[in-house]
Amino acid sequence: MSQLQYYLALVAGGLCAAGLALSFATPLETALVLKAFLALGFLSLLRFTLPLGLWADGAVAALGAVAVLAGLAALDPAPPFFWMALIATWLFAWLFVERLAAAIRAGRATGFGMLIPLVFGVSILLFWEVVTRGTHVPQVILPPPSQVWTRLIASLPTLWADFQQTFLKAVLAGYIMGCAAGFAVAILVDRSPFLKAGLLPTGNFVSALPIIGIAPIMVMWFGFDWQSKAAVVVAMTFFPMLVNTVSGLNAASSIERDLMRTYAANYWQTLFKLRLPAAAPFIFNALKINSTLALIGAIVAEFFGTPIVGMGFRISTEVGRLNIDLVWAEIAMAAVAGSAFYGVIALVERSVTFWHPSVRGRA
Amino acid sequence: MTTDLSAANMDKGPPPQAVVSAQNLSLTFGTNDGPVHALSDVNLTIAKGEFVSFIGPSGCGKTTFLRTIADLEQPSSGTLSINGMTPRQARETRAYGYVFQAPALYPWRTIEKNVALPLEIMGYPKAEQAQRIARTMELVNLAGFEQKFPWQLSGGMQQRASIARALAFDADLLLMDEPFGALDEIVRDHLNSELLKLWAATNKTICFVTHSIPEAVYLSTKIVVMSPRPGRVTDVIESTLPKERPLDIRETPEFLAIAARVRDGLRAGHSYEDVV
Repeated sequence: MSQLQYYLALVAGGLCAAGLALSFATPLETALVLKAFLALGFLSLLRFTLPLGLWADGAVAALGAVAVLAGLAALDPAPPFFWMALIATWLFAWLFVERLAAAIRAGRATGFGMLIPLVFGVSILLFWEVVTRGTHVPQVILPPPSQVWTRLIASLPTLWADFQQTFLKAVLAGYIMGCAAGFAVAILVDRSPFLKAGLLPTGNFVSALPIIGIAPIMVMWFGFDWQSKAAVVVAMTFFPMLVNTVSGLNAASSIERDLMRTYAANYWQTLFKLRLPAAAPFIFNALKINSTLALIGAIVAEFFGTPIVGMGFRISTEVGRLNIDLVWAEIAMAAVAGSAFYGVIALVERSVTFWHPSVRGRA
Repeated sequence: MTTDLSAANMDKGPPPQAVVSAQNLSLTFGTNDGPVHALSDVNLTIAKGEFVSFIGPSGCGKTTFLRTIADLEQPSSGTLSINGMTPRQARETRAYGYVFQAPALYPWRTIEKNVALPLEIMGYPKAEQAQRIARTMELVNLAGFEQKFPWQLSGGMQQRASIARALAFDADLLLMDEPFGALDEIVRDHLNSELLKLWAATNKTICFVTHSIPEAVYLSTKIVVMSPRPGRVTDVIESTLPKERPLDIRETPEFLAIAARVRDGLRAGHSYEDVV
């Protein structure tokens, strides 16, 4: 047992012992599960004489989560031993993750790697839920995740319409056009030093334009619907793609280029067989950066004139109506959509640039 | 201008069997510290089937000379013809294969696909590509490693793959720029004797840049000793060693005599003096 695990086990067990002692002030039948958890947590101190498996810690942490959630309704206002139980639950979850990570490193628990981020995420949600409800945080400041979830399920048709409008139309169209344009201009710039002198500063200039400034102008040019948002996304994604592709096209070493020259290869052969493959890691960097930029751009652009649908529109109007739980539901959807978008590109990247030193070391 | 002249001079110029012929060849690089005379007044003829080593200290122009033959550098004056053509024509007709100091295999291609690279560019049909790949992989003892990626092989195997790539399109002239410079002595000995076998089997003309005297003497029929500042040829030694050369030929008196003459040539070119 490492030093950290030792102290985690000691503090978690001690907290349960103290909590259990304090809980005797209430009638026995109130919050029985919580008391059971505290008793089990206290018993876990036996680990210093008896071996206790890591899954036992996981089970105690899970019981703690259930007990704390059940105790929320029964104990109002929440007494000190309730908060001790919450902290003890957190500590048991932490201890479990520590031991699981050590077991995975030692090769004793392969295949459970996904459990670690999962436990972490669930712990955060639990803490958020219990603290907001237990201390009666106003829902305008921070609604509990359960309320956000309820709202999300209840508003699925609205959210789906917003997702279609913002993500499937504005983000994807703008992303594809912006990245393709950046790539094409990078090839042009590469072919002609004259264009390089003119287009690179222009691209730089466009990327420096504030999105808040260009979004209303794009609405004037392209109308209220998603086309104007796609235009903002194009303006945002163009430059990262241009700059990355231009540097990527110069990534091949001089020996690799000389080799092509000794074969009397023409420009396009050199481009397709050497320079573009060598540029792939750079191009994928741009694609990944742009995947998040595009979503931000489209959402912010919808603050400046839009039909009555779209993620940005919903956020800006529902904030005004103090429907903060719906705002959080939109945020959650945007986060999931953005992460999934990024993840898909990262997966494609790994299969395309499998040869790159940064990828090939990994299994 | 020079290219036109050399083409026009062809009728009365170098003998037809000359693969490489340099007359008064000079090359000067302009740098911030003033001009650098990489090659100064080089005259050299290489006949078909010869194995020529270029030896000398860093900065003597041996690599520059090889790159000039390959049309990777342009001479400042003098003429250079390869198979009776200008270097540019020679490059465009794929007259030579070039092996660089580093293997320069493309990491996204398997060994087989790397060897196929020149064949794809030169537009060979698929069936012929496969047959040429199989033959050259056999020639460099890499059969069985076709599907590996370059980064999965040792340095020696990578360099062998790069030799296979240079051989794949069957150019008569092979230019090798310190191909074994980064390898350890044992691997290098092995590859040297394999290279000799390959040369005997294919009857190619090989230009080989090295800074190892034993390597130069062991491999060559002709050793060109070069010296720096300005880069020039100080001696051309015709080897008297037989064509069949086991590794232990390097302990024979003939071998040591040639090695001594190479060393004398280097000394005459002030190659052993301290560089200021």
